[in-house]
Amino acid sequence: MTSPLFARLFKWTIFIMALTGAAQMPIFKRYYIADIPGLGWLADFYLTNKIHYIFGAVLMFMALYLLIMFILAGKKYFRLSSSGLLRVVLYGAVIGTGALRVIKNLHSVTFDPFTVMLIDWTHLGFAMLLGVAAMYAFFRGRKPYLEKGVGMRL
Amino acid sequence: MTDKKNGISRRNFLKGLGVASGAMLLPAREVAAAAGKSDEELCTLLDLSKCIACGECVSACREVNEPKFPKPKKPYPEMYPTSRVKVEDWSDRQEVDDRLTPYNWLYIQSTEVEYQGETHEVNIPRRCLHCRNAPCANLCPWGAAGKQKNGIVRINDDVCLGGAKCRTVCPWHIPQRQTGVGLYLRLMPNLAGNGVMYKCDRCYNRIDEGKLPACIEACPENVQTIGPRSEILKKAHELAEKNNWFIYGEEENGGTNTVYLSPVPFELLNKAVEKGPGKPGLSPVEDSMADEEKLAYAVGIAPFAGIAAGVIKAGKFLASAAGGKDND
Repeated sequence: MTSPLFARLFKWTIFIMALTGAAQMPIFKRYYIADIPGLGWLADFYLTNKIHYIFGAVLMFMALYLLIMFILAGKKYFRLSSSGLLRVVLYGAVIGTGALRVIKNLHSVTFDPFTVMLIDWTHLGFAMLLGVAAMYAFFRGRKPYLEKGVGMRL
Repeated sequence: MTDKKNGISRRNFLKGLGVASGAMLLPAREVAAAAGKSDEELCTLLDLSKCIACGECVSACREVNEPKFPKPKKPYPEMYPTSRVKVEDWSDRQEVDDRLTPYNWLYIQSTEVEYQGETHEVNIPRRCLHCRNAPCANLCPWGAAGKQKNGIVRINDDVCLGGAKCRTVCPWHIPQRQTGVGLYLRLMPNLAGNGVMYKCDRCYNRIDEGKLPACIEACPENVQTIGPRSEILKKAHELAEKNNWFIYGEEENGGTNTVYLSPVPFELLNKAVEKGPGKPGLSPVEDSMADEEKLAYAVGIAPFAGIAAGVIKAGKFLASAAGGKDND
């Protein structure tokens, strides 16, 4: 449904989101990863947060593009595999909670601290679950998102 | 930490006002106004021309907040890598009051400054400024730091893992860490976390009860006043204009809910005060979250752009598929 270039860009976006997302926790300095030449920027919380925002926007563009493509055109020819459906739902949850994080960081918005905690924990939790699901799909033979629907036109 | 707890009801505030105003020189107008405008963030004004460094505010803060102070149990778990992760233990130095520590959320910076041919002795009560768009609350990955609707920025000591990111991203590096307490002990104490971060919580529990923060109530010189931010700023500008004074906190880091008024410029104070760990400066501070504020527009537009691109692409795809079928 997409070009190889699109698929490659999507993978890089996910990798950068995972890296800069993990960098929001103070672990890269603690574990000397930021001491590796060229990786010092991973310990800069503001920089990694901005990169996370930028690639978050790219991811949202790509995710919505794919979703609309699938709904309007792809559904006639493909169906989501069970592994693909799980990952799509998790992507949705991660993106949704991420968007809430962006909203709560706006100057004009104040969520109460419990809501903030809920958003942060669910964002982190869904991201970790997505990571596990992606690893599972990868190591079980690169399970595809889509499979050809029986009796569907192609 | 619910809305109900965070909110300040007029009744509660006025109830507390009755008790407190009898006990001290209370800026009653501001507090009453705050009670009437509980939807607006509370802000404090510190008139540095009045502070005599008597330390009453420091003592009151320590006394009132003592139940919230860390009570670590030794020995502390080994934290890896040991060469990088250091124990920060203030439990044997709880009496330290010349800097911010987990046991001292407010201290007084004293300095002498020459300005316009006069020597000014200036004493500056220092604590968390309660930023309006606090980076500590925005960037905590664990949701342990948050800003209440009444403007108080708090760290939840039940949740904080002590990673100290809040201290790193705070322009004044205010929060202070105590090792050996908190949630990290029950998770992976050797591999993640390092205690709990502590800082001024503006006596949120006293405000919930309609009382004043301890430092304000205890001050014999009426250095601090508290009220809705708009009124505090109005008062600050009136005094600054009338006396040719200077304001700090109105614009710093996008605006804080602590506004200092000084008879000498803050550039001079910043140069004169002792700075270092637990000893914040007074330099101008840009809005730390300004770039994120701009990038949020991109995040907001991106999904709509994705939908539009998807509709166009799907349309083209369906048209070409239909064309192919016709050809068949």
